[in-house]
Amino acid sequence: MPAFVVKADRDQLVIDQLTAAFGADILSHERIADMLVINTTKNVLHQVAQHCKEQLDFNFLTTMCGMHYSERDTLGLVMHLQSMRKGHRIRLKAEVPLKEPVFPTFTDLWDTANWMEREAWDFFGIQFTGHPNLKRILNMEDFPAFPLRKDYPLEDPTREDKDDSMFGR
Amino acid sequence: MGLIKDPHGREFSRPDNQLATRPELGKPTIVRAPDGHEGAGFFATKLADAVGLARQNSLWPLPFATSCCGIEFMATMASNYDVARFGMERLSFSPRQSDLLMVMGTIAKKMAPVLRDVYTQMAEPKWVLSMGACASSGGIFDTYSVLQGIDRIIPVDVYIPGCPPRPEQVIDGILKIQALVGEESLRRRYSKEYEHLLKTYKID
Repeated sequence: MPAFVVKADRDQLVIDQLTAAFGADILSHERIADMLVINTTKNVLHQVAQHCKEQLDFNFLTTMCGMHYSERDTLGLVMHLQSMRKGHRIRLKAEVPLKEPVFPTFTDLWDTANWMEREAWDFFGIQFTGHPNLKRILNMEDFPAFPLRKDYPLEDPTREDKDDSMFGR
Repeated sequence: MGLIKDPHGREFSRPDNQLATRPELGKPTIVRAPDGHEGAGFFATKLADAVGLARQNSLWPLPFATSCCGIEFMATMASNYDVARFGMERLSFSPRQSDLLMVMGTIAKKMAPVLRDVYTQMAEPKWVLSMGACASSGGIFDTYSVLQGIDRIIPVDVYIPGCPPRPEQVIDGILKIQALVGEESLRRRYSKEYEHLLKTYKID
């Protein structure tokens, strides 16, 4: 038996409970492969996560990462929640404007969020209010940019040995 | 040029002043004595040559291996290729006790100050071997997180090209280092040029 199967009844339970509790703040939901995706807003993301943990038995934060939607100038946050007991997982998503990329910290719900939030800060510049130690985790501490934003040039600008004509530009 | 055979029977050259058979003795010797004057009960040569001979055949390398080049170096160390044949029996994982820094693999920019610390902790005289495309130029990792060649932070004596280089290439690079070591003047490390070189790297 595969580790994950579509759990339509659990998915429906999650949708019903979240829309009942948060109404219009649950922007949309869809199922991608075996996974239910909930799109919500930054104002209620923390409450939604707390509800999922306390009422819906999602005891484990599998992963969390940042996103950059350059076409609408927003930064996104994607969280994968898993219920060990129910064998069920969902994805939560929310976006913040690029000008003010702030989320509340999730370290009060899952300690796992500590390093993941540092990574989202390191690569996308998403701030988490209330985080105990929000500093860069993978890049150098004096790194001047947020490298996974789409406006950041990927190639190392300090390299002199590349002849543009060799690369058709 | 003396010729030496690798385990597959292929021949490659090594510097003339090094391994050679001395037919007059009837058996192979490990190294040939430097040029000098020989007579009954004495042999006179330059101090620099004698010291160079000792240094080049007893290098203590510090392997700074961060990726696949390190795996190739492990093969070079092991019995098939066996760098111990070249007087490198002891690999030193302590910078104070080593005189050849072998940098093998991708050096991330976050790793750069560590590599620099290791280099500055080594005692003079010291040599640096840069193995593989990544250590020499950043290689395929033309990106914000990877140092585009270790010669941006420390001076390098010999570069080995390849991705990763074969053990034969590593041995060739080691022989080139040995040739440099053997010919180095005893005063080079006190020279103005050397001080200037270190100054350009902001190492004092």
